[in-house]
Amino acid sequence: MIYLFDGSLTGLLTAVFEWFERKPGRTYLQLTGIFQPDAFTESFEVINNEDKADRVWKGLQKKLKKDWQRTFYCSYLSEIPEAFNHLFQFAIYIFESEIGAAANYGNDHVVALSKYAKSVEREKHRMEAFIRFQKTGDGMFYTSIDPDFNVLPLISNHFKNRYADQQWVIYDLKRKYGLHYDLNTVEEITINFSDGAKSPNPSPALMDEKEELYAVLWKDYFKSANIVARKNTKLHLQHVPKRYWKYLTEKQLA
Amino acid sequence: MSDRIREKLNILADAAKYDVSCSSSGGTRKNDNKGIGDSHSSGICHTYTEDGRCVSLLKILLTNHCIYDCLFCVSRKSNDIKRAAFTVDEVVDLTMNFYRRNYIEGLFLSSGIFKNADFTMERLLLVCKKLRLEQRYNGYIHLKTIPGASEELIKEAGLYADRMSINLEMPTEAGLKLLAPEKSHADVIKPLEFVQQNIVQFAEDKKLIKHVPKFVPAGQSTQMVIGATPESDKDIMYTANAFYKNFSLKRVYYSGYVPISNDSRMPILGTQPPLLRENRLYQTDWLMRFYGFKVQEILNDANPNLDVDIDPKLSWAIRNMQHFPVDINKADYKMILRIPGIGVMSAKKIVQARKFGKLRIDQLKKIGVAYNRAKHFITCADSPYQIKDYQGTQIKAFIMADSQSKYLKTDNNQLILF
Repeated sequence: MIYLFDGSLTGLLTAVFEWFERKPGRTYLQLTGIFQPDAFTESFEVINNEDKADRVWKGLQKKLKKDWQRTFYCSYLSEIPEAFNHLFQFAIYIFESEIGAAANYGNDHVVALSKYAKSVEREKHRMEAFIRFQKTGDGMFYTSIDPDFNVLPLISNHFKNRYADQQWVIYDLKRKYGLHYDLNTVEEITINFSDGAKSPNPSPALMDEKEELYAVLWKDYFKSANIVARKNTKLHLQHVPKRYWKYLTEKQLA
Repeated sequence: MSDRIREKLNILADAAKYDVSCSSSGGTRKNDNKGIGDSHSSGICHTYTEDGRCVSLLKILLTNHCIYDCLFCVSRKSNDIKRAAFTVDEVVDLTMNFYRRNYIEGLFLSSGIFKNADFTMERLLLVCKKLRLEQRYNGYIHLKTIPGASEELIKEAGLYADRMSINLEMPTEAGLKLLAPEKSHADVIKPLEFVQQNIVQFAEDKKLIKHVPKFVPAGQSTQMVIGATPESDKDIMYTANAFYKNFSLKRVYYSGYVPISNDSRMPILGTQPPLLRENRLYQTDWLMRFYGFKVQEILNDANPNLDVDIDPKLSWAIRNMQHFPVDINKADYKMILRIPGIGVMSAKKIVQARKFGKLRIDQLKKIGVAYNRAKHFITCADSPYQIKDYQGTQIKAFIMADSQSKYLKTDNNQLILF
């Protein structure tokens, strides 16, 4: 049996509900978009239902401690097609077992989820570390990113708490939405880039007059802090993989 | 204007970089005044220099003018280098603007000693106060305690800093006397002890009174220079152990000496810094702090120095084969932690998972155990039956044959074909 869903969290949770209602036996959860029908396996299209999803989530909350609720959510944010199936199987396993079953690292789905969540948490942490704001002429701190996973929901609070006295925008170019903090709350925004192209950096003309000075000072600092006698390129790349260099002010050529 | 500040930053960041601590962890400061900054308890490394070291804090000296002449220090009085000094406002401005752009987690402020200890400490304190009170800054501050500064100043600084540190510099008193005759370990111990007593006192008060200000919430740390003087690894780690115990230090840092002078008492210019040795010392430090090893188990009179070719955990296991093999499905957590190839995370997962059934090899691999290493020291549900009882030295040879050290450029055991 194959269950098809649209990739939303509501869809995923509804699928779990439908499975328990029908008990069709061994079932695989797949995205509608990548599904290729074959002659031998039956499929079933899950229709999103907020109430059903809500009941499943409440049920999971009763069965899972806070850290595993987060692991579940993080795995979902990975947006990896196989992860969706593991989440589906994991939820079924949890509902069919006694409380505490999430600690069973001998179970494939438990291990899979903890791996997905680890990757997502690492990407989240990297965004908290590697984001570089640029101050615009009107006092807004702006940055754009294209993270491997959908981590904006996870980093929102971190930046809100930290930069409580400055307005900021973090925009996810890949997923075409962003966060805007207006000194009170964080809201989701979408921007229509008028030229149609990805424009990760606002033009220098729009920048605060001192923006360039601080960027230069930061680059200077980055150079001065290096100890040439200890050069270790392998370790450097391990910590800052090349795909993140585009975010980093200190890695841009002067 | 901008040229002058650039030059100052270059000089004073360059002079500060030999202080290896860059940790921003352990801070508990919350942004509850709608100001700026909020500590992240595990710290954040915002970037890494090309030598692979993390950059978390803006690490600078207030000035590199110094009245002392310590041989191991670039800022020593007799060294012919450019000197500079920041004003208090310049440091505040740099910190705030770097922090607002998410470049850094906070400030690490140290200084050469100019005029005298109190004069220097006062300036450092002023920077902290301006940041905390005027800028409503709740980010991380790591402040150097200046030995010899008055207790009033040190105590006041502790109210604004997250972490304070004083460097031991050399692992033994004899080593220190050799290179810095004007200094002694006693100068370091006194203020470390004073800050420690205050940390304890504030914690006591907190039990009774609701609102006690924070006092050095991220604790104290120190640093030793490795390889400038002829101490053994045992000397170094026993000193570290004593400081962890006596002053509840959060960290001891080991800094491989990077030659900066041609004095005959030290390694000559151009000598490679002892990176491998430094790495082994950190591994030992971790074993002491997170793996339940006593320093005497790893280093003692029979083994005064750490093995170069294998890590200290494997080295201990090979010397103590009587404890192995360990049954993964029965042994207690403490023993599982001692198995080479199993770290803290894997050990915790094993202990949780085995309640649901006996663990097999494939499960251990998925959990994250480095099985090729661990297999010599464990049994689990489907371990192959072993007739031969290997000696520690044989196991070492097996492991060395299928692992590659990142430090040894050429591997003697194997031909390089490609």
